[in-house]
Amino acid sequence: MSGFNKVVSNYQEAMAGLTDDMTIIAGGFGLCGIPEGLITEIKRLGVKGLTIVSNNCGTDNFGLGMLLEDKQIKKMVSSYVGENAEFERQYLSGELEVDLTPQGTLAEKMRAGGAGIPAFYTATGFGTPVAEGKEVRQFNGRNYILEESVTGDFAIVKAWKADKIGNLVYRDTAMNFNPMAATAGKITVVEVEEIVEVGELDPNQIHTPGIYVNRIIKGSFEKRIEKITLAKN
Amino acid sequence: MSLNRDQIAMRVAQELEDGYYVNLGIGIPTLVANYVPNDIEVMLQSENGLLGIGPYPTEDQVDADMINAGKETVTAALGASIFSSAESFAMIRGGHVNLTVLGAFEVDQNGNIASYMIPGKLVKGMGGAMDLVAGADNIIVTMTHADKRDNSKLLENCSLPLTGVGCVKRIVTDLAVLEVKDGAFHLLERAPGVSVEEIQQKTAGKLVVPEHVPEMSFDA
Repeated sequence: MSGFNKVVSNYQEAMAGLTDDMTIIAGGFGLCGIPEGLITEIKRLGVKGLTIVSNNCGTDNFGLGMLLEDKQIKKMVSSYVGENAEFERQYLSGELEVDLTPQGTLAEKMRAGGAGIPAFYTATGFGTPVAEGKEVRQFNGRNYILEESVTGDFAIVKAWKADKIGNLVYRDTAMNFNPMAATAGKITVVEVEEIVEVGELDPNQIHTPGIYVNRIIKGSFEKRIEKITLAKN
Repeated sequence: MSLNRDQIAMRVAQELEDGYYVNLGIGIPTLVANYVPNDIEVMLQSENGLLGIGPYPTEDQVDADMINAGKETVTAALGASIFSSAESFAMIRGGHVNLTVLGAFEVDQNGNIASYMIPGKLVKGMGGAMDLVAGADNIIVTMTHADKRDNSKLLENCSLPLTGVGCVKRIVTDLAVLEVKDGAFHLLERAPGVSVEEIQQKTAGKLVVPEHVPEMSFDA
């Protein structure tokens, strides 16, 4: 590496420094827009005791669900954790801790974490089990709960294109949680479909500025689809 | 006759107004998209980060990067925009979405809703439902009036853990259209051929019945 060039040549280098008991913020919604190769590398490393902040936990044999096979995850912070039988088994047996977090609150926790805001008030979840133990405050006659933001030792992100200094562009709804995850890691690693030269991306069209990104690797993606639904005719 | 799922969706579609931004939940609410009146335009929001959901794709159009909040493959409508989940929930939480339609296990006469968790059964999570009910001024709940054992789902107090408090304004069930206000369900319409007595029988919470309760109309 030299100067601002953040491109790494192998997955070992991409995830170097990841150790047991770390917190990882992961982009992706279901299996859409997930850093497939980085997850595979985390599995290969065999690190344990991980806390993973991600909207979902993949499926039984794909995405973050793969990390359940060797019990690498201690705790999931997610909004929805269906579609995964092994997850269910570990959760019910008490091996896996789950912090169910409303989807918008989860996105905002990442966004705030990356933006240096330690906590924020939201009406989401007031009067529900989510509010238990949280400070309540009224603004203009409405009740809000205090939610703390999150940051990670690592953030793992999937983007469509990166230039060599880490400016990112996402594609379609594979964007989802990735832009916030990218800001919330002490070390942010991005797996992309294409790496281009500096200057090839239009500065007006960049979704994530390179300042948030530490390492970039070019991946090859399977892009599994959970529910193929087709037009009737 | 009680309404079937499509008829409930058809009745909800009558609540749409020209120029509305609408979020439709999974299940019956998704069907509402099939019954948008021809003379109005609405734009559908998907909370993973898409405003302007188009039709399901043809086989050639299927794209793993293009899905809705139910993780189904979709297309983008003309004029759609795509953004992050934080942006998506900013527009939801900030009250910019005109109407949210979602399902529920229970609602009560104070507008509380329980839709995500049945104790003792596996909890899969609330997804975006808590943000949606906290953010929208205009929420329609679709559900059957009673469960399979005829237990009412319109209660004095929800018995299940809540998704949101004091947020439900309108309910469309297989039997009736009701408004929730002043601590009671107000009967507005009944399904064709359904008697007021049956609705009274299947409503456990406080029900206000006006002198005349019109039948729902499905004339286009």
